[in-house]
Amino acid sequence: MTIRVVDPGLLTTVQDRGRWGSQSLGVPVAGPMDEVSHSLANVVVGNPPDRATLEVTLVGPALEFLADMTFAVTGAEFEMRLDDIPVQMGVAHRAGRGSSLRFGSRGAGARAYVGVAGGIDVPLVLGSRSTDLASGFGGLDGRRLCEGDQLAVGPRVGRAPRRVSLRPPFPLPEGGSRIRAIAALDYDDPGPRCGDAALAGFSTTRFTLAAESNRMGYRLYGPPVALADETPVLSAATPFGTVQVPPSGHPILLMADRQTTGGYARIATVISADLPVAGQLGPGDWIRFELCDRRSAVAALIAQQQTLMRVTRCPAKL
Amino acid sequence: MTGDAAVTVSFPARIDPDISARAVALAEAVWAAGYPGVRDVVPSYHAVTVYLDPIRADLDSLWPALEEAAGAPLETGQPQRDIVVPVVYGGDAGRDLAEVARFAGVSPDEVIRLHTQRHYRVYMVGFLAGFPYMGIVDPRIAIPRRATPRPAVGAGSVGIAGAQTGIYPATAPGGWHLIGRATVEPFDPGRDPPCPWRPGDVITFESVSEGAGR
Repeated sequence: MTIRVVDPGLLTTVQDRGRWGSQSLGVPVAGPMDEVSHSLANVVVGNPPDRATLEVTLVGPALEFLADMTFAVTGAEFEMRLDDIPVQMGVAHRAGRGSSLRFGSRGAGARAYVGVAGGIDVPLVLGSRSTDLASGFGGLDGRRLCEGDQLAVGPRVGRAPRRVSLRPPFPLPEGGSRIRAIAALDYDDPGPRCGDAALAGFSTTRFTLAAESNRMGYRLYGPPVALADETPVLSAATPFGTVQVPPSGHPILLMADRQTTGGYARIATVISADLPVAGQLGPGDWIRFELCDRRSAVAALIAQQQTLMRVTRCPAKL
Repeated sequence: MTGDAAVTVSFPARIDPDISARAVALAEAVWAAGYPGVRDVVPSYHAVTVYLDPIRADLDSLWPALEEAAGAPLETGQPQRDIVVPVVYGGDAGRDLAEVARFAGVSPDEVIRLHTQRHYRVYMVGFLAGFPYMGIVDPRIAIPRRATPRPAVGAGSVGIAGAQTGIYPATAPGGWHLIGRATVEPFDPGRDPPCPWRPGDVITFESVSEGAGR
């Protein structure tokens, strides 16, 4: 079973849940920008949530199915057609051999995920199928999809596609979003001390994602964040969602393809429950950070997982 | 805490072999302990970051365990791996050798001698898959980073940035002064292990001539 790339769109890559366990060798995690929508794309077509999907960015691709297969698209809202028939988001569809899925105009959100029953089958590299654009491995030859590429699809794993329409359990951003973050604390964070004044300014500013924002990180423009202490710091590990403040005062929100370590001051880290919605932001969108504590961050994540479990337990479609 | 999905244990913030040894030992201890919900462990110069599944990991018991492990006496006689990396100094890949020589007020050959005579500890691997942050460079050749990074530094390039020396595993933008090219493949994801070095290893450079065996 094969999918042929007729038109790759702006930036389409193969992603699974990321390359974990090799960061001590400098290997980035990569993985989906919106892991929830990625998982839903798998669940709708009956896959385990860790199969590889296609991450579509801002402008979608055209894909030809070279065999009969089941697919679904979740995440950012796109108008799509399978040959001439409109395709609904979040629902499993049967595609006949030779049919083509064409993405059209985009609504809310920036990234959609194409799941196919069986998953996109590219070789595992260090335990993952995710494309690592910076390192040049994983996915399809470590690069974005190009016209004429052929993608193998793995064998079905037995579960039938879901009957219902699965939408992300958070509002897709339409022009911007509020994102919750935990302030970098003094007692055990290796970053330098941004100071209360910087933190207050940071949490009341509406930033704009710069045009050069990408899968590695978002550059955020707004009034510069004034650091209390500008002494250089030693590099240390940089989790997904870390907000760094370089000397320019314009923060950088580190995303899926971030480097494993970084040496800029850190001011806050986006909570896990809000990373998927952050992953749905695109250049020009606004972002505002709301500070919260770890306890409410974990509570938000548990609530999100429970919602996901409810929707994914819906009965199977035959 | 470093957000809700990682915790970072830090030691005093300086580049110091003893502090690095503590970080490496703690990272190994965390992997070995098999705490539930641990997804990755990353040692750096003076810290260890433990990546967690925020729901599965029990931070209330994990954090005290990490602090206790961080304070435990360091076992002596831990195996230290010594790795020799052959380098072709100068040439196009080492195009800053003359500039480093001017900075040091010595000949290029003396720069090579000073760079090869020290044993460098791998403090951290980061920036790119397989890029070793090593130190401590002889202060005479510890030239600061270039004011403007180059858009593309070739794979295998050996550079100096202050007290640090490193090897570019892939072509990438870079601001370090380049003095040569390593004749080993720094990173191959299909190889096991993918990278010849890891944090805690000790690397010594050996000057070889162009065409020496890869």
